[in-house]
Amino acid sequence: MSFLDNILFALLLAAGIGYFTINVKKLIRNIKLGQDVDRTDNPSARWKNMTMVALGQSKMVKRPIAGFLHIVVYVGFVIINIEVIEIIIDGLFGTHRVLSFMGGFYDFLIGSFEILALLVLVTVIIFWIRRNVTKIGRFASADLDGKPRNDANYILYFEVVLMTLFLLMNAADFHLQNLGIGHYNQAGSFPISQYIAPVFNGMSEGLVVIIERTAWWLHIAGILVFLNYLYFSKHLHILLAFPNTFYADLNPKGKLNNLQSVTNEVKLMMDPSADPFAAPANPDAVPAKFGASDVQDLNWVQLLNAYSCTECGRCTSSCPANQTGKKLSPRKIMMDTRDRLEEVGRNIDLNKGVFVDDGKSLLNDYITPEELWACTTCNACVEECPINISPLSIIIDMRRYLVMEQSAAPMELNNMMSNIENNGAPWPYNQMDRLNWINE
Amino acid sequence: MSENLIVPTMADMMAEGKQPEILFWVGSAGSFDDRAKKITRAFVKILNKANVNFAVLGTEESCTGDVAKRAGNEFLFQMQALMNIELLNAYEVKKIVTCDPHSFNCLKNEYPSLGGNYEVVHHTQFIQQLLKEGRINFNKETYKGSRITFHDPCYLGRANNEYQAPREILSQTNAAIVEMKRSKSAALCCGAGGAQMFKEPEKGNMEINVLRTQDALETTPNIIATGCPYCNTMMTDGVKFAHKENEVKVLDIAEIIANAQDL
Ligand code: SF4
Ligand code: SF4
Repeated sequence: MSFLDNILFALLLAAGIGYFTINVKKLIRNIKLGQDVDRTDNPSARWKNMTMVALGQSKMVKRPIAGFLHIVVYVGFVIINIEVIEIIIDGLFGTHRVLSFMGGFYDFLIGSFEILALLVLVTVIIFWIRRNVTKIGRFASADLDGKPRNDANYILYFEVVLMTLFLLMNAADFHLQNLGIGHYNQAGSFPISQYIAPVFNGMSEGLVVIIERTAWWLHIAGILVFLNYLYFSKHLHILLAFPNTFYADLNPKGKLNNLQSVTNEVKLMMDPSADPFAAPANPDAVPAKFGASDVQDLNWVQLLNAYSCTECGRCTSSCPANQTGKKLSPRKIMMDTRDRLEEVGRNIDLNKGVFVDDGKSLLNDYITPEELWACTTCNACVEECPINISPLSIIIDMRRYLVMEQSAAPMELNNMMSNIENNGAPWPYNQMDRLNWINE
Repeated sequence: MSENLIVPTMADMMAEGKQPEILFWVGSAGSFDDRAKKITRAFVKILNKANVNFAVLGTEESCTGDVAKRAGNEFLFQMQALMNIELLNAYEVKKIVTCDPHSFNCLKNEYPSLGGNYEVVHHTQFIQQLLKEGRINFNKETYKGSRITFHDPCYLGRANNEYQAPREILSQTNAAIVEMKRSKSAALCCGAGGAQMFKEPEKGNMEINVLRTQDALETTPNIIATGCPYCNTMMTDGVKFAHKENEVKVLDIAEIIANAQDL
């Protein structure tokens, strides 16, 4: 009989991890649809960023209340999951609390898990209230209407359920341990669940065993479901925050990349000895596309950014354009990029591994020029992002497409640019008058 | 203005076989915008007072291309950049100072990979250095009793992490330096960046410069200090919008020092 349990457990585990692996592969494939960009320089600075920003959450605490609460859930969640190791061993081999041989240390661990579980529970409830009752601007925003808002709440419910099951399982276990039943030998300390345990008083042993087993199974099943839900959720950030901060741009925020494809052409244009009729080196080469109109034109770090975005809205709440009622929301830029990337990914899945043009693009179908032109390139979004995402870099690449491929800049900007071309200043003044200020 | 400014050009210097210690990049705003020209003159007054051996490109200077780049026109940017780099390299320029954080950022961060490698400093950093070295002095009592609040330009602050230089200069004025509720890395943009200066804003419910000026006015300042010609325009307009132009002045750090007595 117990053999059946172990097989069932192994199957459950294999299914959970298998499906997760399939989706991770898809995730990696989608990210690799992006253009190449080298982010391997200066590894020590990258490790440091990852340690400080992702592991140490150094940017979260800029908003102290949310930051503190987040750290509680984060630390709690990570540490409690150490328990999963034991659950897996017990499940596979039919043992019970296999790690209890560690004695006092084991008691300490279980005790800490319980306290953390309670803290996580309380914090998650506060999070829920912040999101749904107090109407904090960045959570009430229309960016989150529909699925994203539900997603955020599902995660919170999930955590409540998981923590409750964990405590319930321990409480039942504790009760059975005290009765000295079967293999329920004394192990662990239960600072929280000992207060739940009395509800089992008077229940039949069999019932309590069933409750304990049910909570145990639901708990591990819940963890596996949660793991698999990540791919479909903004909660993917708990994994991707790490590579995301590692591969983030290390340059000063003001520095935009210079497009090499443009440099080549400009140098050719400016070189008096270049032969304008010379045949291109490779006549079959597809001419470079300037800027980005769809996700495949962005680089892979920008796509990784999109999958990592936590939809927290810190960027948007600090965006000057958004604060003054413009349509631009840097969070929406990231969410749109992810949604479009997912759409492209599904297209590839349906068409046996190749993308078939669906007549849509990130530009216009998701992000409108009106949003793009409202950006002041102030970098507030980049500064604010707790995991070093740059919505600005996507905005700039899309502006590049609008201007260089479609000549679709707002009219005043076209005037400004022709002034630069004609007289070397954004205003219609003569270059020969550049020194007039001396005598004014 | 009456005082005579000494402003040698690179071409003059070259003709005399001299090499200045630093090039002053005036920038398009500093050359043509009426308000910004005053900042340019104030900074030159400081340079002259400190006997800095500098020169300008004069009529050979051309737009850095920064604003074209931010508008998405990488072609125009690189044409401007490569042209300017050719000129700067021909004059063997080593060090550049500018009053415009946008030029500062562009020359410092975006010219190197195109072949333009210079030490680039913002004028607030340069003035701070002059003060530190005792090359200029001013009467510290001039602003006694005033309240000054500093608006961080995005391209000096967040873009290049320079928050200290302007504050250190201001701290020497004996004025009360008051910080806005959002300052340094959390400062709100004035609304001019990313080529917004040259276009109408998108539809919204408020102008960004008005919002930022509110931040500044909440500190009840006598002076709003800036370090960028575009911020200056935006904040000046914001102050007018709030009908406070008689009580609150918007001044560049260079002007605050140049206008001080006994400079
Ligand atoms: S850089 Fe653009 S999108 Fe980001 S905060 Fe500034 S205005 Fe908003
Ligand atoms: S880009 Fe960063 S700051 Fe903006 S919503 Fe995503 S995680 Fe939050």
